[in-house]
Amino acid sequence: MSTQETALGDNTSDAAVADKDKPHIGAPVIEVDHLTRNFNGFTAVDNISFSVGRKEIFGFLGPNGAGKTTTINMLCTLLKPTSGRATLNGFDVATQQDAVRQSIGIVFQDPTLDDQLTARENLEFHAMLYNVPPGEREARANRVLGMVGLTERARDLVATFSGGMKRRLEIARGLMHYPHVLFLDEPTLGLDPQTRSAIWQHVHELRAEYEITVFLTTHYMEEAENCDRIAIIDNGEIVALDTPGTLKHGVGGDIITLRSADAATTVKELKDKFDLAGIVKPAAADTSGPAGDRIYLEVPNGRTLLPQILKSLTTEILSVAVREPTLDDVFLSLTGKQIRDESVDKMDALKTRIRRRRSMGGHR
Amino acid sequence: MKPLRAIYIIWLRDLKRHFRDRARIVGSLASPIIFVFILGQGLGSTIGNNLPVGGGAVDYKTFMFPGILGMTVLFAGVFASVSIVWDREFGFLKEMLVAPVPSWSIAVGKIISGATIASFQGCIMLLLAPFAGVSLSPLMIAELIPTLFLVACSMTGLGVLVASRLKSMQGFQMIMNFIMMPMFFISGAMFPLANAPAWMDTLSKIDPLTYGVDALRDIMLTDVPSRYAFTTDIGVIILLSVAMLAIAVSTFSRQT
Repeated sequence: MSTQETALGDNTSDAAVADKDKPHIGAPVIEVDHLTRNFNGFTAVDNISFSVGRKEIFGFLGPNGAGKTTTINMLCTLLKPTSGRATLNGFDVATQQDAVRQSIGIVFQDPTLDDQLTARENLEFHAMLYNVPPGEREARANRVLGMVGLTERARDLVATFSGGMKRRLEIARGLMHYPHVLFLDEPTLGLDPQTRSAIWQHVHELRAEYEITVFLTTHYMEEAENCDRIAIIDNGEIVALDTPGTLKHGVGGDIITLRSADAATTVKELKDKFDLAGIVKPAAADTSGPAGDRIYLEVPNGRTLLPQILKSLTTEILSVAVREPTLDDVFLSLTGKQIRDESVDKMDALKTRIRRRRSMGGHR
Repeated sequence: MKPLRAIYIIWLRDLKRHFRDRARIVGSLASPIIFVFILGQGLGSTIGNNLPVGGGAVDYKTFMFPGILGMTVLFAGVFASVSIVWDREFGFLKEMLVAPVPSWSIAVGKIISGATIASFQGCIMLLLAPFAGVSLSPLMIAELIPTLFLVACSMTGLGVLVASRLKSMQGFQMIMNFIMMPMFFISGAMFPLANAPAWMDTLSKIDPLTYGVDALRDIMLTDVPSRYAFTTDIGVIILLSVAMLAIAVSTFSRQT
C-alpha cells in the first residue's frame, strides 16, 4: 500500500469490503434482449443484452453520449425500442407501459419537482398519481422524508431547497409507490462531494430497507465502485459487464505511470529492454497538453519491476507512480480512451450552470 | 378511473398553485379593471348612452362590459394553460409523463384547470358590473358561470394547443400579438360589428371569442337583441371547445 496513491488506494479497499458483504442478489427483475434504438440513422443504443437481479445495485458507466440515458428512457417506457425486447418486473416495456411505470421510480438528470409546492405536497401528488391508498400516503411520506433527512423541511416550498436537497427529495419521491426498481440517471451530477457521498449512503440504505433494485448511470469512476455490477457502455455497445473487482482484476496487475522528458525515446527503450511491447500505452490524450509525456504500463508486479525499469532507462524520468488498477484504467484498456475528456467536463459545467440558474429562477 | 384521477390531480395542483400566487390573481385582473374604468369611462363619455346596437341603443360602458369579461377569460385561460411550457422547462411535466396515466389525461387536466382558473377570474370581474351600469339578477349569474366556463374551455384548449408547439416561453409574446390581440379586437368585444368592413366581419365569424362575447352579452344586456341566438352561440362554443380539445390533446400526445 505504501507506494500507492492514497486516494485511489482507499477507494479500492472500500470496494473490496463492499464486495464481501454484498447482500444476496435475487432472480432477474430487468431483462434486456438485443435492444437497439436508432435516431434518424444514428444508433444510440446498439444491440445490447443484459439482466439485472433483484436487490442489485447495477451501474451503467460510460461517457456522455454513450447511450446511457437512451437505455434508461427505453426501460422507463419513454422511448420505444427500434428493435429488441426488454422486460421489467416481468412486464414488456413496449406493450405494458402502465404496469412497467407502476413498478419503477425514476430520478432524472434534471430536477422534475414542482418548486411552487412544498416537499410534502410533491410527495402527495406523486402518491396520488401512482395510486397509493389515501390512508397510507402520510405514513409513507414521513418514512421517505425521514430517510433522506428532510423531515424538518417538509412544509417548505421546494423553491427554497438547495440542489442536493432537491435531489434527495426526488429520490424520496421515487420511493413513495414502493417500486421494484429505482432508476437514478446521473444521481450525483453537479453536486458537491459531501452531498454526493450522502446520496450514496441513501442508495445503500434503501436497498437494505426496501429490498429494491437500483439501476444507475454515471460517468464518475469513483462512484461506479459502489455498484454490485457495472456495465461499461461506449458508442451504444456494452464493452464489459462484471463486478468492479473482476473488471479491475482483468486489467492485469498494477499500473505504472511514468512521466518522461522524452516520452518517445522512453517508450522505445522500454520496448527494447523489457518484453513489454503489448502493454506500453502512451496516455490517451497524447497529442498535446500536460498528459503528453505520460506513459502507462500494465504489469503483473509493478513494485518489483519498477526499480529494474528505472535502473535501465537512460532518458530522464520526471516522476513515477505505482497503483492498483481503477475503473478508469479498465475503461482505458477496453476503449483506448479516457472516460472524462475535456468536452465532458465542459458539458458538466454547463449543466451545473443551467441547474443553478433554474434553482434560482423564481420568476414564473 | 385512472384518467379521471389524473385529471383531478392536475386540476388540484394548478389550482393550489394559482391561489397561492396572490400577485398573479391581482395582476391578471389589472388590465380588465383598467379597461372598465379608463376606457369605459373615457370612450363612454364621448359615445354616451346611445350606442346603436341591433335596432336599440345602449350605454357604451354597458355594451363593453361583457366584452371585457370575454377578454378576462381569453387572457387568463390561455395564460393558465400555456403553463405547460413552464412545466416542461422546469421539469415537472416529465414527472407527469412517466406516471402510469395516459398522456391525453394530462392535456385534458390542463384544459379543465385553466378553464376553472379563467372562469374564476371572470367571476371576480362580475363584481364590477354595477360600475358598468349592468344589473345582475341571481338567474343571470347562474347562467353566466357555466357560460364563462364553456368559453374558457375553448380558450384553454387553444392554450394547450399553442403550448404543445411552443418550446420556450420566449415565443409567447408572439402568440400574444398575433393570436390573442386580434382575437380580442375582432370578436366585437369593444365595438359593434354591425358596420364593420366585410373582411373583419368574415374574420369575426371564425373567432371563437365572437360567440363567447355574444353569449355573455345576450345574458347581460336584456334590452337589445344580440347578434346570434343564444343557443347558436352556445352550440358553436361547445363545437369549437370539443374541436380545440381534440386537436390540443392529439398534438400534446404526439409531441411527447
